Amino acid sequence: MQIAPPDFDRMFGALADATRRDIVRRAIDGQEGVFELAGHYSMSFAAVQKHVAILERAGLVTKERIGRRKVVRANLEGLRIARRLLDQYEELWRGRIGRMTELVVADTKENER
Amino acid sequence: MTVTAVRKDPEHLTMTLDAEFDATPERVWQLWADPRQLERWWGPPAYPATVTSHDLRVGGRVEYYMTGPEGDQPKGYWQILDADPPIHLVFKDGFANADGTSNSDMPLMEQRVTIQAIDEGRTRMSIENIFPDVAAMEQVMAMGMEQGLTEAVGQIDAILAEDQVAGAAR
Repeated sequence: MQIAPPDFDRMFGALADATRRDIVRRAIDGQEGVFELAGHYSMSFAAVQKHVAILERAGLVTKERIGRRKVVRANLEGLRIARRLLDQYEELWRGRIGRMTELVVADTKENER
Repeated sequence: MTVTAVRKDPEHLTMTLDAEFDATPERVWQLWADPRQLERWWGPPAYPATVTSHDLRVGGRVEYYMTGPEGDQPKGYWQILDADPPIHLVFKDGFANADGTSNSDMPLMEQRVTIQAIDEGRTRMSIENIFPDVAAMEQVMAMGMEQGLTEAVGQIDAILAEDQVAGAAR
């Protein structure tokens, strides 16, 4: 099933890491640079920089210049894809609950007879 | 529509669905606890499920296969982590290999089911789906499990009509 752009694997590979997901979450506000972001984690600045680079290559964040600063900003398309997958999963469960309801309704009818 | 609320959290990789039934919690529990009833709702119309093993106790296992339109028979299983009839069920939902053993290459999803009476003869069931990571979500979706999903939703009315006809004929 095709629901994703060609760089899907790279995008999901990048998101399959808790620290990088956290960076994406913080980058939604788009207020912090790599230096500020690194302050939130116990790992080295270089390690955080590497995580940001992976996210950047995956097209999940961009670095934008605001005045003299460079901030890391989330590209929300990645989260939209996750959302789309959740939508599909919701459909699966809606189908299941529809069938469960029919089973319950069927025996109510049986009791009424 | 019996689904009353859906909460999605793409960051924490969870989706919670609330549904209400005109039935007691015991009756709703039966949908899970009776393998013959479980078979009637677990698989989408194009992939009906057949339950081959069913032990809903803590540490127990439920095994099933589904039969696709091409005769393909993907296998799956549940690993029961917690069970407190008729109000609570927690299990890992995974794919199995052809021989029935757990397929560790495929992601395990955790499902938390909570069943509670909200009124006389009315019950709310909440299902929280927890994905281990985004890659797992993608993998599950790519499995072909979603085949017939649109069809599933679209066919609810048809199933309803069919049930009514069958009910009238009985």
